[in-house]
Amino acid sequence: MNKRDLILIGGILIVALIAFVFVQMNQEGGAYVLIRVDGEEVEQYSLSAEGTYPLNGGTNILHIEGGEAWLTEADCPDKLCVHQGKISKTGQVITCLPNKLTVTVYGAEESVELIS
Amino acid sequence: MKKASKMTFLALSITLALILSFVESQIPAFVAIPGVKVGLPNIVIVFLLYKVGTKEAGIVNALRVVMVGFLFGSMMSMLYSLAGAVLSFCGMALLKKTNWFSTMAVSVTGGVLHNVGQIAVACLVTETAQLMYYLPVLMISGVIAGVVIGVAGALMVKRVPTNFM
Repeated sequence: MNKRDLILIGGILIVALIAFVFVQMNQEGGAYVLIRVDGEEVEQYSLSAEGTYPLNGGTNILHIEGGEAWLTEADCPDKLCVHQGKISKTGQVITCLPNKLTVTVYGAEESVELIS
Repeated sequence: MKKASKMTFLALSITLALILSFVESQIPAFVAIPGVKVGLPNIVIVFLLYKVGTKEAGIVNALRVVMVGFLFGSMMSMLYSLAGAVLSFCGMALLKKTNWFSTMAVSVTGGVLHNVGQIAVACLVTETAQLMYYLPVLMISGVIAGVVIGVAGALMVKRVPTNFM
């Protein structure tokens, strides 16, 4: 390790920290979750609509309760999306890369046109 | 004869990288964010970059990603890794070429850029820009992974002889 190494690594960490603060500041309570599969917006659920919903033909199961959404089941082996836990703030997202599925929280003012 | 021994050495390097990929795939994910991992095969790539050459390291890296994709992954995971690997390798090769930094900084840059490339492709594939929210965590995990790989890589560069080539 020399001085240049430290400057470079320190610089990367500072950028990461700034990005982290920026992300935290931009979060507020969300109103609904939008489900995308392969980039297509397929479904949206209000965070106040409690219940259990199968997504993408049942590959992932979404559960909404108490204003929070999370995935309870997935057909992939690593189940990273299930372990990503509960989301409720705008911009928070659960990702299932094997199924190319994302669950994103949006605020009430952000309306999204659903192509059905 | 020199050519044959070099080819054998590179073939062994790919094998080692594949084994390390397998070992890594057996480590359970400790954070639920896609992409947080140590990147053990990168030890081999850093080593080749310093001891054999940029071209050879690049070829081994590309072959490794494709083989790992076929063996342990899917087309999708191969696409993510390829994006990460290409960006990470270009960054490492450029940084190494400046001769300003040690293996540590080179492998840290590799770790961070790998995650940046991967998340960028994930954003494009899922068309969800919010995935960028993972970026800070992925950058920090990339730094930590890079430090670990940097230490191991520097040891290998110091101890493994390549003068038979």
